[in-house]
Amino acid sequence: MNELFQNSLFFGVFLSLGTYSLGRWMQKKWKLGLFNPLLVSVVLSIAILLLLRIDYATYQQGAQYLNYLLTPATVCLAVPLYEKFELLKKNALAILLGIAAGTLTCLITVALFAWLFRLDHAMYVTILPKSITTAIGIGLAEEMGGYTSLTVVAILITGITGNISAEAACRIVRITSPMARGVAIGTATHAIGTARALEMGETEGAMSSLSIVVAGLLTVIGANFFAHLL
Amino acid sequence: MKYLHQCLIILAVSLLGELLHALLPLPVPGSIYGIVLMFLALELKIVRVRAIKEVSGFLLDILPLLFLPSGVGLMDKWDVFRPVWLPFLVIVLVSTFLVMAAAGHVSQAVIRRSERRRQPHE
Repeated sequence: MNELFQNSLFFGVFLSLGTYSLGRWMQKKWKLGLFNPLLVSVVLSIAILLLLRIDYATYQQGAQYLNYLLTPATVCLAVPLYEKFELLKKNALAILLGIAAGTLTCLITVALFAWLFRLDHAMYVTILPKSITTAIGIGLAEEMGGYTSLTVVAILITGITGNISAEAACRIVRITSPMARGVAIGTATHAIGTARALEMGETEGAMSSLSIVVAGLLTVIGANFFAHLL
Repeated sequence: MKYLHQCLIILAVSLLGELLHALLPLPVPGSIYGIVLMFLALELKIVRVRAIKEVSGFLLDILPLLFLPSGVGLMDKWDVFRPVWLPFLVIVLVSTFLVMAAAGHVSQAVIRRSERRRQPHE
């Protein structure tokens, strides 16, 4: 099977779009948080690749073109940000304090748990950038001496968790303000969570987009200090 | 020609972001410079929202899908992940939940306080 698809540029994209559409359909049909299109498509794609004995490299040959669109799509997050800028300026203090509190919580909890589980320094700094966007996170982990391939895993699991549970989590801890919801989702779960925030509402999406940028920069500054703790 | 022009603007900003990443010695990725540049272009009216509306709407609509290839990449990292999966998952899940709670509550508290302060004057 691997050989059959080895030279196909469309197999990876087809599998991605197909499983993602199926995930969307399941979500509409059953209205259950667990049927998150991103989670469903990751699980189904891996299952299908393993079942048909197709290598990741073969899949990636086509799927890399989705990666290619990531930077232009991220750039477009500036649009909701611009459209909500008045609201943002009016609440600048609330937003900045929220992002700062979230970033600090991230660094403290990771340090605390790493100490509790007796992780070594390399593993600790691997997980430290988990709440920021992949591109900044990898660079940061590398600089601090972590395992970058695992940092990607941590960032992904964080983001997918946010994408699945953001709405429920906000309800459980009683965050009702759309602005505060956006700050919470963007600060904790970067772009993958923001994709969900955009679906929740324009304000949520705009605040979440801003939080990716600010939390990313604050984490770079904070992590360099926290890296010396363990 | 509408879509071509919209793509051109978005790709030009992406390219500028990558150039900044290459030129400046900061650990900031090109896409983040790109958001800032696009925001400035919109704010300074160099680019109007309607000049990129359809294509940016499309890209934002498929944004979650674009993370799928890296997600599927987990299947290649299984060997590195297996020995540490339990503490790893606990840390990531619990910490993520606490970060959301902290960030959301702090900003919600500040928003409510300023709303209360504004109300008596109205």
